[in-house]
Amino acid sequence: MTGADGTPLIVAALLLPLAGAAIAFAMPRTTRWVGIATAVVLLAVVVMLCGAVGAGGELSHAVGGWGAPLGIALRVDGLSAAMLLTTAAVSLAVAAYGRSYFRDESAGPAGFTPLSMLLIAGLNALFVSGDLFNVYVTLEVLGLSAAALVARAGTPEALTGAMRYLLVTVAASLVYLLGVALLYHLTGTLDIRLVGARLESGAAAWSAVGLIGAAMLLKSAVFPLHFWLPPAHANAPAPVSALLSALVVKASLYVLLRVWLDVLPAARADFGAVVGALGCAAVLWGSTQALRQDQLKLLVAYSTVAQVGYLFIPFAFTSAAAAGTAWRGAVYLVLCHALAKTAMFMSVGNIQLFGGDRIGELDRVVQRLPLTMAAFAVAGITVAGLPPSGGFVAKWLILEAAVQEGRWFVSAVVLVGGLLASIYVFRVIGPAFTKGAQPRQPRRVPNAMEWVAFAVALATVLLGFFGMPLLELIDAGAPFGNALEPER
Amino acid sequence: MTGAELYALTGIALFVIGLHGLIRYAHLMRKILALNVTGAGVFLVVAALAERGQDGTPDPVPQALVITGIVVAVAATGLALVLMLRVASATGRAELPDPRSE
Amino acid sequence: MNATFLLPVLILLSSLVPGMIIFFLPEEWRTARTALNLFGAVLKVLLVGLVALGIASGEAYETRLPLVPGVDLALVIDPLAILLSVLSAVLWLVTTIYAVGYLEGSPDRSRFFGFFSICVTATVGVAMAGNLVTFLLFYELLTLSTYPLVVHRGTEVARRAGRAYLFYTLTGGVLLLAGIAWLYGIAGTLEFAPRGFLSELPADVHPELTAIFVLLIAGVGVKAALVPLHGWLPQAMVAPAPVSALLHAVAVVKAGAFGIVRIVQNVYGVEFSEELGVAGPLAAVASVTIVYGSLRALQQNDLKRRLAFSTVSQVSYIALGVAIAGPIASIGGLVHLVHQGIMKITLFFCAGNFAETLGVHKVDEMRGVGRRMPWTTGAFTVAACGMIGLPPLAGFVSKWYLGLGAAAVGDSWVILILIVSGLLNAGYFLPILYIAWFEAPPEPAEQTPRSGGRLETSWQLLLPPVATAALTLIVGLFAAAPWSPLRWVQLVASLGFAE
Repeated sequence: MTGADGTPLIVAALLLPLAGAAIAFAMPRTTRWVGIATAVVLLAVVVMLCGAVGAGGELSHAVGGWGAPLGIALRVDGLSAAMLLTTAAVSLAVAAYGRSYFRDESAGPAGFTPLSMLLIAGLNALFVSGDLFNVYVTLEVLGLSAAALVARAGTPEALTGAMRYLLVTVAASLVYLLGVALLYHLTGTLDIRLVGARLESGAAAWSAVGLIGAAMLLKSAVFPLHFWLPPAHANAPAPVSALLSALVVKASLYVLLRVWLDVLPAARADFGAVVGALGCAAVLWGSTQALRQDQLKLLVAYSTVAQVGYLFIPFAFTSAAAAGTAWRGAVYLVLCHALAKTAMFMSVGNIQLFGGDRIGELDRVVQRLPLTMAAFAVAGITVAGLPPSGGFVAKWLILEAAVQEGRWFVSAVVLVGGLLASIYVFRVIGPAFTKGAQPRQPRRVPNAMEWVAFAVALATVLLGFFGMPLLELIDAGAPFGNALEPER
Repeated sequence: MTGAELYALTGIALFVIGLHGLIRYAHLMRKILALNVTGAGVFLVVAALAERGQDGTPDPVPQALVITGIVVAVAATGLALVLMLRVASATGRAELPDPRSE
Repeated sequence: MNATFLLPVLILLSSLVPGMIIFFLPEEWRTARTALNLFGAVLKVLLVGLVALGIASGEAYETRLPLVPGVDLALVIDPLAILLSVLSAVLWLVTTIYAVGYLEGSPDRSRFFGFFSICVTATVGVAMAGNLVTFLLFYELLTLSTYPLVVHRGTEVARRAGRAYLFYTLTGGVLLLAGIAWLYGIAGTLEFAPRGFLSELPADVHPELTAIFVLLIAGVGVKAALVPLHGWLPQAMVAPAPVSALLHAVAVVKAGAFGIVRIVQNVYGVEFSEELGVAGPLAAVASVTIVYGSLRALQQNDLKRRLAFSTVSQVSYIALGVAIAGPIASIGGLVHLVHQGIMKITLFFCAGNFAETLGVHKVDEMRGVGRRMPWTTGAFTVAACGMIGLPPLAGFVSKWYLGLGAAAVGDSWVILILIVSGLLNAGYFLPILYIAWFEAPPEPAEQTPRSGGRLETSWQLLLPPVATAALTLIVGLFAAAPWSPLRWVQLVASLGFAE
């Protein structure tokens, strides 16, 4: 566990977006290139970091040279690396898209770039944190910057959506903090692994884990705690919706997963069954709600509720082999879904700009915005888990695990969820082929916005073919390897 | 019951009262205040559960946590107040619509 | 990296890459688009031919890419793969020529030909799939790439047909996925083997294997239009004629039938299917489908709908052939995979010609078309007689082996089905021929603008049906020749059985 090789990379991944945010904030005229330049360099750094993790297992870094009980530890294993990679990829796409999207606004991308960079910084810090209190701070950074970004749309719906989201996320963070306070009281440390090593099962420990779990389920909008998500995600500006759906909801999944893996092994069996059941319910509920939506962005937002459900299903698995397979699938789905949702929100953003945001208004969009519609369709294939796509690979792994453990209900949910998803995706694609009753005068959509959406969508298809290196990366440092059996 | 336990229980009581207020009241100002009550409860718990050394000096870590937490809470409250004002000026009411009606 | 590794990939790319480029070509670039299309189609025929020669001389072609731990994307070319690859490569070339002529001057052609190319890529992928996951991957790609073709015209009817098509096929896909995942949990492998890979499993999983068989067959049965899963096929008739040809003869229905063959032969094994007791019910379903499809075809006045129900009926010969024990019936079923394709594509080309040139869509409007379009009607006649099973045409060969095979294992009821179905085929085809040749055309015989000068219609529309009609005759007449589909099928079938 030597961090010598990786340390500069970890620090760079933390500081780059902060530096980008600071520059963009201080010098608003530079925002047209600061965002994208930062994102490009960040992606390069993260790819190198992934290479280092893939080759050498876990990397760690003690901030300021202080060791674990006192100082703050930063750790990057395969799970962290995969999350960092997802974040870097989405941030590059969003930066490229945001450049054109906010072009006509009076403030330009001035507000968007620093806030989104701050959000990315918060995410990166979260994914390398090995410390429960650090996690609290990063969650707050995330929540505040995300709420501010949602409000940027300025419409009454966006403002109320942002307000509700802010209240929910701050309240959830406080619940989390109460759990952390209990854990600190019980173990005298905040380092996740040390907490896990010192914690003994008992009512207080259970309460702490329960509080943290509830807080994270609320932040990830897991059914039935999803009420705040659709209004916030559907009314934000398109690039912001992309960031929220692709990344922010997964941050809390990550926290829950870390705590679940490292903190209280005894809690796994019971706690896991409940979380897995909620995941299944979320898949079914989110998909059926998405089916009922007429407004495109709401449809995509409910689809996020459903897809997040898949990510929580693996908590239900108890055997080491099945859980390992399912987690690999779920983490892979984090990446694939992040890209797919980014592409979908971008396509919908393009369609809105073009004119119209309801299914009934998709008047021959296929012919007028072919790249946008292709992006939506291709991303939809991943969301539906149809081959050939990364989503298929991910859902195959979850399905394989479910069959392996003989969990027929879970298998059925995975399959039915996929079918429902393909139906709501094609509900959008079908009308786009037909001629509308009232053809409107379209507004021009910048080419860059079409191409970025398409490129991101295409990436999800490639992930369906070349996923093995990434699946191996997720395993680096064995994040799931040693902590899966209920009793070790 | 020791003083520390009393503080901790008071903190938890504040936490619950705050959450109740957050859910119960529609006006955004009340919600934001309730959130601050919740926060105060959590900070009280953190401080109360701090261990004391042999000589009665408190553990510095929880103090540091509470200070950081208060800073974060101030930032969140500030943002929430700004948002509330904008919601009020955009919709004419400092309340959130029923999510089911959207 | 050598030729045996690269060729399967090249075969896929030969249609995928032109397709991708075509998407981005401006609508007006007609020549470039046609050139690319034909280049890809000819290249594919050549590559597939090359591989077929290689296989015949004992070469092996295999490409693998790990998808997830334990499951590869496997392209493995075996004699059965060649059968469908050659069929779709050749018919794609013919259909491309036809489609270029058919869609002359209509909108959205770049989109059409782009998806058209992906569609054929997927079909060849289905043919070359070396395991069930790879099969599923291309099978779903086929579903997705044919949807835009079905709704191509953008009318409300087309959209409804597209919706029905998707609903059926995606549900089928889910059943297939369920079966595959379950099977993987039991068997631990999904790689196709010459005589199946399940016969060694312990007897206590046999009930599960039976359930999985039902799931898998239901999954592919949707595309193969097994009754009662056939509902989408007649609806999909609103698509342009080249698409119907593609759906019925080259791609979709064929992929379903091919899937049945793969599952029976290379997953379960013909002998193990018998032992498990699943082959009998499959033969029964196929027989019901054969009779039901023919009965429904009798009632249709719309020519394309009549042909659609005829497809429902005819494709089940393939399933019937592999479901009956013994290699001889398998030969009959497998060779029908090829023969039905050639005959049905001819019929759809001809139906398209009647509609485009004369505006004739219904059977009772066909009076005298034989005099006005003798070449098209001639081609139609050859293919229809083939379907009925008249010697020496293609359909006769298939039915002969089916009957022979059934008799060899004592399933004499199959012969009854064959006779009934032959009579029904005659019942719905012969009246068309009579009306077309012997009834007087209505006066005045108006001519649509699409005339080909001296020809009865443009050459791109005329050449394809005449060529495939000739093939119908040739594969029947020269069934014993060393290069005939029958010979190849005999090789394929021999692999599925112990010495």
